[in-house]
Amino acid sequence: MSYRLTLGGTTHLFRDLKTLLAKAAPLRSGDQLAGLAADTAEERVAAQMCLADVPLTRFLEEPIVPYDEDAVTRLIFDRHDREAFAPVRGLSVGEFRDWLLRYETAAAVLTALAPGLTPEMAAAVSKLMSNQDLILAASKARVVTRFRNTLGLPGTLAVRLQPNHPTDDPRGIAASILDGLLYGCGDAVIGINPATDSPAACTTLLRLTDRLIREYEIPTQSCVLAHVTTSLRCLEAGEPLDLVFQSIAGTEAANRSFGIDLALLREARDAALAQRRGTIGDNVMYFETGQGSCLSANAHHGVDQQTLEARAYAVAREFAPLLVNTVVGFIGPEYLYDGKQIIRAGLEDHFCGKLLGLPMGCDVCYTNHAEADQDDMDTLLTLLGVAGCNYIMGVPGADDIMLNYQSTSFHDSQYLRQVLGLRPAPEFAAWLEKMHIVRDGTRLEAVTAQHTLVAGTTRTIGEA
Amino acid sequence: MAAVISTMPDSCIQPDPWNSLRAHTAARIALGRCGASLPTRAQLDFRLAHARARDAVLTEFDAPALGAALAALGEPVLVVESAARDRAQFLQRPDFGRRLADGSRALLTAHAAGAPRCELVIIVSDGLSTFAANSQAKPLLTALLPLLRASGWTLAPLIVAKQARVALQDEIGEILRAQFSLMLLGERPGLGNADSLGAYFTHAPGPSRTDADRNCLSNIRPGGLTSEDAAHKLHALLAQARRLRTSGVALKDDDRGGLIVDS
Repeated sequence: MSYRLTLGGTTHLFRDLKTLLAKAAPLRSGDQLAGLAADTAEERVAAQMCLADVPLTRFLEEPIVPYDEDAVTRLIFDRHDREAFAPVRGLSVGEFRDWLLRYETAAAVLTALAPGLTPEMAAAVSKLMSNQDLILAASKARVVTRFRNTLGLPGTLAVRLQPNHPTDDPRGIAASILDGLLYGCGDAVIGINPATDSPAACTTLLRLTDRLIREYEIPTQSCVLAHVTTSLRCLEAGEPLDLVFQSIAGTEAANRSFGIDLALLREARDAALAQRRGTIGDNVMYFETGQGSCLSANAHHGVDQQTLEARAYAVAREFAPLLVNTVVGFIGPEYLYDGKQIIRAGLEDHFCGKLLGLPMGCDVCYTNHAEADQDDMDTLLTLLGVAGCNYIMGVPGADDIMLNYQSTSFHDSQYLRQVLGLRPAPEFAAWLEKMHIVRDGTRLEAVTAQHTLVAGTTRTIGEA
Repeated sequence: MAAVISTMPDSCIQPDPWNSLRAHTAARIALGRCGASLPTRAQLDFRLAHARARDAVLTEFDAPALGAALAALGEPVLVVESAARDRAQFLQRPDFGRRLADGSRALLTAHAAGAPRCELVIIVSDGLSTFAANSQAKPLLTALLPLLRASGWTLAPLIVAKQARVALQDEIGEILRAQFSLMLLGERPGLGNADSLGAYFTHAPGPSRTDADRNCLSNIRPGGLTSEDAAHKLHALLAQARRLRTSGVALKDDDRGGLIVDS
């Protein structure tokens, strides 16, 4: 079905729904690279005007990637909850935006609605929304998950402690973990990107973090961000693995390029659940996503990168994850060119994920060939804090020396907690107070070399 | 590399008493804090590292100047450029960096018409770090060329290519009818390494080559993989590839290096 709009003397024609979505997308380099972006600023707004009049039910009639060709499309359609969809089924995309912004649409309403929305509906409405709309609507949504602590409660902000090291040296990683813990970080997860993706390398890191968590009774979970098949091997060997990690994308072909399919993710989740390592909940999956991954894998089916990103969230929500994280600026300037595009994409991803019922975090980040700097990250970090983002990354000094990109630091997380009055996850907050790392909720205590953690970690590293 | 800023007062700084652990990692740990915020010195150190990385990415590459410097190594030099018209386009459109500008294609085609087939063409490009090309290419070639000559490799002229992505080696190699194509280009700078060179080679360069067909050595710089070590590794890898008439995942050498994504 084609879509058209006449403005003045010009008729804008969009040959199908995916074209309309792509042309309506705010400008970004990845859509230009794919040849999908609007040709002119007017065409972009014309597409948005046209999209505003499309009924939400249209997305249940016109798959943007064919049902027979794509397992993600089948997942989206087969799992769609018509009862949950009922409150908005009579609305157009534009009316849906208005509905999201009214006072009456509160947290419980959004929670009930989530299974009734498809990713394409979320992506479509996001394209009509301003940055403040994305922040306001997302701030109303609440997604709470649990493993050894409670993440996503109102008034909280969690941090993934990311202690990467270029050679996976356990001493260097332990040093960075100590640094993060003493800055009040690590409640979302202590999550290590391994330089070497092998069961042996991951086992060393799993045992290291497991030992730290047990020795100091830290109410948190660990994760080694290896390929899901590596995690499965570790689980089979009985290694202390809390969360299964995987990068996911919005089409079957892109997921295949990652070496995964839905059955493999199901198998891994079942294996992790069987360990029963969570003390207060069984959210055992950790997913990462990012706009541009389908184009990068030559698997975009002519769909714009933001819509494809939202489709990745349909994959994520199938597996009740503890954490989902959009790694928004990692992919480079050919997908998100500058700070403006990265900031917009981060807000879109957080909004769409929350609307679809996911525990969204964001790796607020950039590479050195992007037109961005730490000030742009400060801006996105602050906006996401206001929007109620579940968690952010904590990297020593914001400088990831293994992955060679810049993210947010332990200091940054304390800035955000300070300025917005946000607390860590409650169980972790209590531990921080007990350990004399934080007092009065957000204030870091002066730590001496005799502190249990400092002395203990230094001793452990010396023995290694 | 720490900037020395001796006049900064530090009375407000709460130090982190686990400074000794910095011996175990280059990560920016134990930076101290003012309140919970980054002390001024650490903030400016970070900015300096980022500034150097940005300069490495954005500095205009003077390909003729590097070509003139490389001519001293005793091989003829040809200077070409990719289809990317400027730095902004090069960064946003990797596809432009993977093909030659029309004039450069004509130059190489004309050269190939009168030249014998060769075994190897070596290409030097700024890629994502002009600093890397300017500082690492000559030392690496100074070490590598004598090894190749001693092994009897027949070489095409050295090509200096402005604003290339890795895959430009396919078009250049095909036009020059080279059996192997070796691209030396600046890698995406990290905060601590703005001058790191990558080396990528492929057998039978042409439009059907993919990243799986390439072999890669990265982090060629002082403090990383030195020019001498890189030259010996490349020479050994190329010798194996020459014997087996292949490259990429088919080469099962321990030194093969990681598979690459286009940088």
